[in-house]
Amino acid sequence: MTPIRASIAGAVASIILILVVVELVRGRRLKERYALLWLATGVVLLVLSLWREGLNTIAGWLGVTSYPPAVLFAVATLFIFLVLLHYSTVISRLTDENVDLAQRIALLEERLSRERRPEG
Amino acid sequence: MSEGRLVAIVPAWNESGAIGGVVDEIRAFDARIDVVVVDDASSDDTASVARAHGATVLGLPFNVGIGGAVQTGFRYARDEGYEVAVRLDGDGQHDASELGKLLGPIHAGDADFVVGSRFVDPGGTYRPPFARRVGIGVFARLVSLLGGQHVTDTTSGFAALNRAGIELFAVEYPHDYPEVEATLVALRSGLRLRQVPVDMRERQAGTSSITFVRSLYYIVKVMLALLVASLRRYPRLESARR
Repeated sequence: MTPIRASIAGAVASIILILVVVELVRGRRLKERYALLWLATGVVLLVLSLWREGLNTIAGWLGVTSYPPAVLFAVATLFIFLVLLHYSTVISRLTDENVDLAQRIALLEERLSRERRPEG
Repeated sequence: MSEGRLVAIVPAWNESGAIGGVVDEIRAFDARIDVVVVDDASSDDTASVARAHGATVLGLPFNVGIGGAVQTGFRYARDEGYEVAVRLDGDGQHDASELGKLLGPIHAGDADFVVGSRFVDPGGTYRPPFARRVGIGVFARLVSLLGGQHVTDTTSGFAALNRAGIELFAVEYPHDYPEVEATLVALRSGLRLRQVPVDMRERQAGTSSITFVRSLYYIVKVMLALLVASLRRYPRLESARR
């Protein structure tokens, strides 16, 4: 069984995470679309921390018999991977958009300078 | 096929020492060619030198790398309605007097994309350093395998394209390892690729962007990129040709 203090620590950490994310969104320092994965992380970890029977059951499924809270770490790690992977796709898209903008600027500036010149 | 308007795309990054000669050589080959130098945010006076030699300059606001720079040229060629484009490096390693060999198959309508290869027989005298040679050989085999056509030199940036090629590369040009991947993109999209033997010179000025030390790492990266790129879907060009 999970030690009660580990459950409390997990729940407190999850609640802090959720509060920080909500506060960042409220203050417009984090966009909703990037907050969703973080909120899901906080909620899942909170549920697993408070629902001690459930954590035990899941740990049993996974063959983790000696120390059920290890499942909390595993789930947290999985969500961090998801967030990072999501960011990699976001960065890739931003890179493409950035290059596209740079190219458009180069093309537009050339056209502009051509139209300013009376000849050719 | 009629000989339409022709543009030369020359990507350049800090090539003020060589770019003037490159522009002059292209115009000496054929004065009707519009020379477009894509200045990839050089910190030297590459842009003003190119302009002084009569080139049109497309100035990128920040450095986007060779692939993004070349694509800027293809977008220009597409938007301005050019029928044929040639592409040469801004460092002077491509001899503009060889352009006729590249343009032959394009004007004859035999190919959409003609690449100047250093290794098609009868080969030239160019002997790259060992690591570079290994890389070129590996890439060529891999692209041949994945693209379904035998190619000998996938790293050459000396090329000519017709309108179908211009339109493909204007929207679909790889940014990370452009020459190698572009060959694969061309084959997968159904462009008719032809390789012709050309001779290349040593660099006139400046330094290559690929140093010897990084070569092996570079080879591995490009191979991975090729394998991933080969899983992608590409537009098929059936009707674009005339």
